Amino acid sequence: MRLFKNSKIRLLFSLLMPIVFIGLLIVLFVQKGTYGVLEGNFPPIEKLFIERVVFEPEEITLKVFNDGPETVQISQLIINDVVWEFETFPDSEIDPLENVDVKFYYPWVEGDPLGFKLVSSNGIAFEKDIEVSFLSPVADYEYVKTFVLLGLYVGVIPVLLGLLWFPFLRKLQGKAYMFLLSLTVGLLIFLGFDALGEAIELIGEVPSVFNGVGILVIGFLLAIMILGIITYKTEYKVKLQGDHSKNLAWAYMIALGIGLHNMGEGLAIGSAYAIGESTLGATLVIGFMAHNLTEGIAIISPLTRTSNKITGHLILMGLLAGVPTVIGSLIGGFAYSPTLALFFLAIGVGAIFDVSHDILHHMSQKHERGLFTPVNVSGFLAGLLTMYMTGFLVL
Amino acid sequence: MRKLILATLALVVLTGCGQNEITLQTDSKSDPQDLAQFAIGPSGEYETDDFDAHEFLTTWNFNNLAQEERSKFYKETPLDDGTLLREYWFNAVETTIEVAPGVFYPAWSYNGQVPGPTIRATEGDTIRIHFLNTSSKPHTVHFHGFHAASMDGSGSVPEDEIMLPGESRIYEAKAEPFGTHVYHCHSYPVSTHISRGLYGAYIVDPKIDTRPKADKELVMVLNGFDTDFDGENDFYAVNTKAFAYQYKPIKVKAGELVRIHLSNMLEFDLINSFHLHANFFDEYPTGTKLTPANFTDTMIMGQAERSILDIRFKEPGMFMFHSHATEFAELGWMGMFMVE
Repeated sequence: MRLFKNSKIRLLFSLLMPIVFIGLLIVLFVQKGTYGVLEGNFPPIEKLFIERVVFEPEEITLKVFNDGPETVQISQLIINDVVWEFETFPDSEIDPLENVDVKFYYPWVEGDPLGFKLVSSNGIAFEKDIEVSFLSPVADYEYVKTFVLLGLYVGVIPVLLGLLWFPFLRKLQGKAYMFLLSLTVGLLIFLGFDALGEAIELIGEVPSVFNGVGILVIGFLLAIMILGIITYKTEYKVKLQGDHSKNLAWAYMIALGIGLHNMGEGLAIGSAYAIGESTLGATLVIGFMAHNLTEGIAIISPLTRTSNKITGHLILMGLLAGVPTVIGSLIGGFAYSPTLALFFLAIGVGAIFDVSHDILHHMSQKHERGLFTPVNVSGFLAGLLTMYMTGFLVL
Repeated sequence: MRKLILATLALVVLTGCGQNEITLQTDSKSDPQDLAQFAIGPSGEYETDDFDAHEFLTTWNFNNLAQEERSKFYKETPLDDGTLLREYWFNAVETTIEVAPGVFYPAWSYNGQVPGPTIRATEGDTIRIHFLNTSSKPHTVHFHGFHAASMDGSGSVPEDEIMLPGESRIYEAKAEPFGTHVYHCHSYPVSTHISRGLYGAYIVDPKIDTRPKADKELVMVLNGFDTDFDGENDFYAVNTKAFAYQYKPIKVKAGELVRIHLSNMLEFDLINSFHLHANFFDEYPTGTKLTPANFTDTMIMGQAERSILDIRFKEPGMFMFHSHATEFAELGWMGMFMVE
């Protein structure tokens, strides 16, 4: 028994014991336990997920994903109640977590709804309805140019224009400055909930194996943790370098949060266009432009007290907040996946809430009279209302 | 931080675009509009030969089997009054059938086939069914035709027992009235027992037939299958196999009299129809009169309705026939006559 007196071995033993026991229990359960009941003669659990429909002239591709536990054999395709010939790539047997393309010629009509039904060898039907058939974008120069320009219009330019308020805003003192900060928090919190709502909607579109809620939680907390570490690290330097660096770091974080949110917008625009579920109206673009103008204010508000030259920083921040719209619209157009969109949105939500919290914290420290002064509350409400009202432009 | 994000994004974009280009196989035709027109129809071939839809067309009283094999299912005994006693051995079993290429359906069947074996007798014969239920659900045989209440197969009177798994009984009736009829399971819920495949054709020939003599007779049972059990049919067919006579047309000769014994055993859809291209037919509703009631190329049928269709094809060629409820046609209920 000397062996067990060695404390290290003891420790190792206590670490491994539960694992060994659970292993033994699983073996017992499979061999002797009630596993047989669960294994009964049930109909097969087949699951297929038609992620995306790509329209080409007289040709359609269904992007199919198996999110079930069993291999599924696709035997027939039915389009609007008509059996239709198809080919599958790489083959018609789809293993769990495998992606397969179902491709076929079809005389589809632009603007018409279409219903697709894949029938497995067991006769199980997997359906996908398209509200509006729409030629899918091809990754050519024209399309990329359109979307880059769109991203610039919607994301980069309005944010940069918002930054032009900088000389005006830096003149603000005292109550006006507090009003500006609380307005920013109002804007951010509105954006945060906006993105959160979109993220929650997306959960339903994510294949169940990928666990949409899990992605939301991980993305959300990941953003908060990473920004938390950055804040923590910069606190040291702030002590040495003064308020300027801290405010600058803040502004960058706000820009980043807004950028991730805007990437969500870009994904929405790009995928709406690519999926063909809605056409891209001019009002949508105009709405997003007005909406995003206010985001510039949010970025510059922490910097209004600084006296250093920061024009270079401002441009960088504008790009950081705006360029993701371009990237988002490209991803959304060519490689849209609800899973990816959800992850980016979750990060955006986390970043926005984290930054809002930081600003509120800063405001409550600076002013011992408390956070909920009439000025702050009215600023906060003004922020929410601004976002809400400009939201009406996105019809 | 920003570099990291940009790098991640670049990676995502690259993976998205990195998928290999794939293209559909094309033959000599290359106009996509042309290709799209001929892409209609099923994909792949039937994987099994569990049921021969062509053989079924001309099979009744198990006449497709060799004598020894046939005697296990069918026996004729002449009676004193000059009629025949026709005995059949039916067995209700569960079986998996292929209803469209590569699509398998867990059917309930008589003798392992859907539709069940065709019964054919002459008016006045005696039909006797030795029915054994070896499946896991209660079943019966219910005939459309004259019979006693105890032989109804619906359990409406105590003597008319529904056969539980493992049980057996006899159904007996005189073959009357003449016409093209059907039989099906009438245990409950009936809609389930029919849609699962427990039905077949029951033909009674008139003792004195004044109609022109048929050169070729074909049995067609219109049916459909709800493969995902949502209360709607996913595939439609003549004699179970979707597109079977599209893959391999039915061969007939120009000028000969083709008589079709047509019955509609479709569930869930109220109306079915039969339409023939480029030719017309004499229609004998239910086959119970010896003069045609109609000369047409399109007819409508309700559930369990049937008819006799006499066709003389005018000239050689390929002629399509299909449901003119065209959504059924494009889900499997279409075929071809190859007229020589």
